[in-house]
Amino acid sequence: MKVAHEIITPPPSAAVWDVNQIRRDFPILKQKVHGKPLVYLDNGATSQKPQIVIDTLSRYYAAENSNIHRGVHCLSERATEAYEGARRTLQRFINAGSEQEVIFVRGTTEAINLVAQSYGRKFLKQGDEIIVSAMEHHSNIVPWQMLCEQVGARLRVIPINHDGELVLDEYRRLLNEKTKFVSVTHVSNALGSIVPVKDIVRSAHERNVPVFVDGAQAAPHLKVDVQDLGCDFYAFSGHKVFGPTGVGILYGRADLLEAMPPYQGGGDMISLVTFEKTHYNVLPYKFEAGTPHIAGGIGLAAAIDYLSGLDWTQIGAHERDLLAYGTSALSSIEGLRIIGTAKEKAGVISFVFDHIHAHDVGTILDQEGVAVRAGHHCAMPVMQRFGVPATTRASFALYNTREEIDVLIRGIDRALKVFK
Amino acid sequence: MAELDELYQEVILDHNKSPRNYRTMANANRKAQGYNPLCGDQVAVYLHLDEGVIKDISFQGSGCAISKASASLMTAELKGKTETEAKALFENVHRMLTGEPQENGRDGAQGVGKLAILSGVCKFPARVKCASLAWHTVNSALKGEADVASTE
Repeated sequence: MKVAHEIITPPPSAAVWDVNQIRRDFPILKQKVHGKPLVYLDNGATSQKPQIVIDTLSRYYAAENSNIHRGVHCLSERATEAYEGARRTLQRFINAGSEQEVIFVRGTTEAINLVAQSYGRKFLKQGDEIIVSAMEHHSNIVPWQMLCEQVGARLRVIPINHDGELVLDEYRRLLNEKTKFVSVTHVSNALGSIVPVKDIVRSAHERNVPVFVDGAQAAPHLKVDVQDLGCDFYAFSGHKVFGPTGVGILYGRADLLEAMPPYQGGGDMISLVTFEKTHYNVLPYKFEAGTPHIAGGIGLAAAIDYLSGLDWTQIGAHERDLLAYGTSALSSIEGLRIIGTAKEKAGVISFVFDHIHAHDVGTILDQEGVAVRAGHHCAMPVMQRFGVPATTRASFALYNTREEIDVLIRGIDRALKVFK
Repeated sequence: MAELDELYQEVILDHNKSPRNYRTMANANRKAQGYNPLCGDQVAVYLHLDEGVIKDISFQGSGCAISKASASLMTAELKGKTETEAKALFENVHRMLTGEPQENGRDGAQGVGKLAILSGVCKFPARVKCASLAWHTVNSALKGEADVASTE
């Protein structure tokens, strides 16, 4: 017989986001710097790692370390299985159609260079045009400039408005019969603006122009579905999604990857080598020359598993709350100007003072235990667009709290006192 | 907080707010550009050298309080000095900023005159390049180098 006072527990997705529970998963957050509790607001530069990622790396080296795809022995089989398992985890994470479309790289930068050099040098020629946006990280500008010099192509730039949003009408005007490639960021690292990637892709595809999306700043904050976005290439770095440094992934549509020549030559990317001719390996190995960052790939999958155990709706709501709370608190400070006020934003607040340089703000905040980025954020054209030499940037992650933003505000007050 | 107070002393804040010799120079016979690729700080240093003596020196640029104050203090200190004296001072200042003892084994802040006010910088490794940018730039101006001076 059923008891009348049965307690109904809400499903996990409806549970309140317990940020303190999350924080316990990240051992580095417990420490003090300059005698003050660490307030880590430099997640745009890199994220901290949960214990499970650290343990996975340690366990790999302690129990599984071996080279992959070549050994007949037990450890090599184990390492290969873990590494290929990691690839499948990443495939599911971005909803790629097949694991062949997921290539391990060192990070987003290498992914962009790979596509620029492999796809670009094969398919672009004199007079062709490549479109990027005015808010790209240097890593989504320089590889294309290098390609332009090599093949005689021309770089075109989608302008941004004063809020830091892409001017889509200008983008559509830039698209023409000479356009052969489009490469845009998903989320701006300096401004936090979320780019309407689906619109960008739709317009480019009307002209059969492939689109690369730099997801370095998006993957930790947005649910990424490459098939839904419709993009041809997508890349992100492991270290910004709570995984290790030195590993990331490039997603590419299989038909495009098949048509592209290898990026680097070496072991693992071949099927047969003679001095007369070499036959390349199948996807994704064709693009993975040499022994990869095996531990890194496995560690990255551990980070993705950790993220998958959380609820994206809650992560999104928590980060939106931090952004709204931080924006409101910072806006009330006299003389402070927020750079990047797009309607659609991720948890990034860049700001400047007329009379205090970002570096000085950064040093004073550091003394309060607050880690922020101060500088041009590897996006000097963005700084030029807004007429500032540098900004101070606070960038949030799922483990940050409102209280930490209060500490940030107190630190800024101190900077204002020093520079009164 | 003592270290922070040592970094942002009144004199430094004053030179940041009202930098001395902050102007271009029409009759400069040496000029160099300095650039810190890490943060984008830029400085241009102008010199008027006459028979090995710095008759006039000025600067312009954009940067943080430390880089601006350091450049301002530098121009005030170098005016009237010979090239040789200026180069010796550059060496001494560099040792002070990086926390190395001076050649004679004395404390890093000795032998740099009023510039000792910048000695707090050595406790902030991330800021050493801010303070040394103008010095690297004047050094390359004195050497007559055409290239942009860099802190890297």
